[in-house]
Amino acid sequence: MTKGVFIDKTKCMYCGGCTAVCPVNALELKETYIEWDPEKCIYCGACERFCPAGAIKVVRE
Amino acid sequence: MRQWLQEEYDVIVVGAGPAGSTAARECAKRGLKTLVLEKRQEVGVPKRCGEGLGEGWCRIAGITPDPKWARYEMHGAVLWSPSGKKVVIPTPTKGWIIERRVFDKWLAEKAVMAGARMITKARVIGVIKEEDTVKGVIVETPDGDFEVMAKIVIAADGVDSKTAKYAGLNTVNPATEIDSGYQYEMVGLKIPEPTDMIHLYFGWDVAPRGYVWIFPKGPDHANVGIGIGGHIDKGTAKEYLDRFIESHPEIFENAGIVEVNAGGIPVGAPLKKPYANGLLVIGDAAHMVNPIHGGGIGTGMEAGILAAEIAEKAVRSGNVSEDVLKEFAEKWYEKRGNQLLQVLKVRKFFEDLTDQDMEKLADILDDKQLLLDFADGRRTAAFLKFLAKAPRIALKAAKHLK
Repeated sequence: MTKGVFIDKTKCMYCGGCTAVCPVNALELKETYIEWDPEKCIYCGACERFCPAGAIKVVRE
Repeated sequence: MRQWLQEEYDVIVVGAGPAGSTAARECAKRGLKTLVLEKRQEVGVPKRCGEGLGEGWCRIAGITPDPKWARYEMHGAVLWSPSGKKVVIPTPTKGWIIERRVFDKWLAEKAVMAGARMITKARVIGVIKEEDTVKGVIVETPDGDFEVMAKIVIAADGVDSKTAKYAGLNTVNPATEIDSGYQYEMVGLKIPEPTDMIHLYFGWDVAPRGYVWIFPKGPDHANVGIGIGGHIDKGTAKEYLDRFIESHPEIFENAGIVEVNAGGIPVGAPLKKPYANGLLVIGDAAHMVNPIHGGGIGTGMEAGILAAEIAEKAVRSGNVSEDVLKEFAEKWYEKRGNQLLQVLKVRKFFEDLTDQDMEKLADILDDKQLLLDFADGRRTAAFLKFLAKAPRIALKAAKHLK
């Protein structure tokens, strides 16, 4: 897998909780998807640990 | 709608949840020209909420419970220990499990009837700042992007709030200070007796740093949800909730799921500074949530009323600087914030308890009202005295509550 933050659409509830824990404002909740900004992301994994639905995978390399 | 976005306002409220609609209603009542921008296409949907609301909050928020949304009346709470001991706590006051999709629209209607304008599918994607003062917002709509000016912006855009961040405030929830929530609305389940109480299940294997809830919407209909610490990496909220449901066939054997929800619950400290020049922040966006039970509808509406009072003062005086808006924080902390900070200490004490400690508490608890008051940030000294019966737990309490 290539580096990035991957969101499993079959699991994501679009609740936006990940955006609330992101320390660098790299995630945003849109109506039916989560927008991820690779420029801002520091790959800390807070969103992956937080996600109630287990929908996020952070791949660091 | 296009025309509305080309006018200037006294107040723009971002978000049409309970906090935002209440703020908008009160601003409009005060004669302020008010616009509400809701990013979702439908107010109140999808809910991110267990839907519990006590009657005291309705009084504070100036609303009369309406059968349209006050779905099922509650008269207390049942706490279940990790081993299944049952502590029944009736309350002198009542509450309801409400229907958020109806409630939020009902509140929005009150705001509009009071004179506020409101549009949906209108996402704020930035704020307009001049000389370090928020002067308006940039909003993305089906009709295009608009710059809409206002003397004051009230950010009521929930746990995933961006508006305050755009304005330069740090509203990030550290992972330990937010709960990860997942919920099914279920029908055909057998809610344990009494069915007119909320049921809360505790234990580190059940819901680490949190609890499972059953909030009845009827004798065989309920929100069944979980909140766990946002830093927990042993499993997701969904996994813990599914495990709970599987391990209680006596409740869930013949149940069906009619809705699924998720969300973050900001159970940490409220923002120290929920304002900036030209900006007020209220509700979940400012972490104005009870850190123990995670309830934020009442606190949000209460903050909305106060925000309107301060917004009017600032608009009428022609001074929307922090010097004027800081009164919002002062009054809010006096009214609610300081209590929530005490509740936060109690939460830190509770999360220091082992399953064994919880069993012990369930065994020795005689004065149930005392537990309720203590969990609400009051009667701390009396609770510490009661804990003399459990020295191990008393030590932990002393550490967090002195």
